[in-house]
Amino acid sequence: METKPLALTILDIVSILVLVIATYLALVFAPTELVMGDVQRVFYFHIGTAWTALIGFMLAALFSVTYLITKNLRWDRLEVAAIEVSMVFFFITIVLGSIWARPAWNTWWTWDPRLTTAAVTELIYAAYFMLRQGIDDPERRARFGAVYALIGGLSAPITFFAIRFFRTIHPVVIGGGNAAAQGGFNMTADMRVAFFFGLFAFTIIFIDLFWHRVRLGELQNKVEQLKLQSSI
Amino acid sequence: MFLQNGTPDTSGYMIAGYLIAFVVMGLYLASIYVRSRNLKQDMSMLEEMEKADQPKAG
Repeated sequence: METKPLALTILDIVSILVLVIATYLALVFAPTELVMGDVQRVFYFHIGTAWTALIGFMLAALFSVTYLITKNLRWDRLEVAAIEVSMVFFFITIVLGSIWARPAWNTWWTWDPRLTTAAVTELIYAAYFMLRQGIDDPERRARFGAVYALIGGLSAPITFFAIRFFRTIHPVVIGGGNAAAQGGFNMTADMRVAFFFGLFAFTIIFIDLFWHRVRLGELQNKVEQLKLQSSI
Repeated sequence: MFLQNGTPDTSGYMIAGYLIAFVVMGLYLASIYVRSRNLKQDMSMLEEMEKADQPKAG
């Protein structure tokens, strides 16, 4: 494996810094929401992780198209990295949402359109890794994975727009106006600072983790090639 | 719950949420580190095997 680039080391440090600042803004700087209390603060990480995860899934679909056109396995590695990091972030989104829902909706989970589409999205990508595990040939695995990621990529915009298209109890914080929503709130100026910094912070952290995961994929590729050579 | 007077104390949920978020991120970082370390070990072992095979082939 190549030595770690300086830019990645700098990005690691910046990621830690922005995570610390985002946590401070969410837990200390932002005021307590009067109706929900402190649990509303999970919203800053909930949206930050959701935003980056959904973009990551769509990026993966883009990488899959590029792989299908070029047949270059590097795009496959980018696709896998984007999906894996997005899955981790989206898992955090779902868990934080569930924790928020308990005091807000008096239930950990409900089969609301947004929650259902989010759970389906996560399961689609869990199945993506199962599919890949079952295929040994790297090119066949990449081709099947790319087609799957391309179709699976549709679940990201469906999840995003679920609260805008369907009648749902999930609040729409930005540009919201859903009459059925429960637990919505208007952001104050300080809340907006924490909110937008959270989006920025998780974007930086996503890029950092993505880069690390791509490097891991490249290492996996080298090991696979060495194993193939040694078996010949 | 939100029909009650005053701001409810939901700090326990908040702490649980942030704790889980940090634990999940930490576990993922650890998984990247462990997989990377294992792959590096595999690679050095395979390279040694390749070197050991070369004199025999020659």
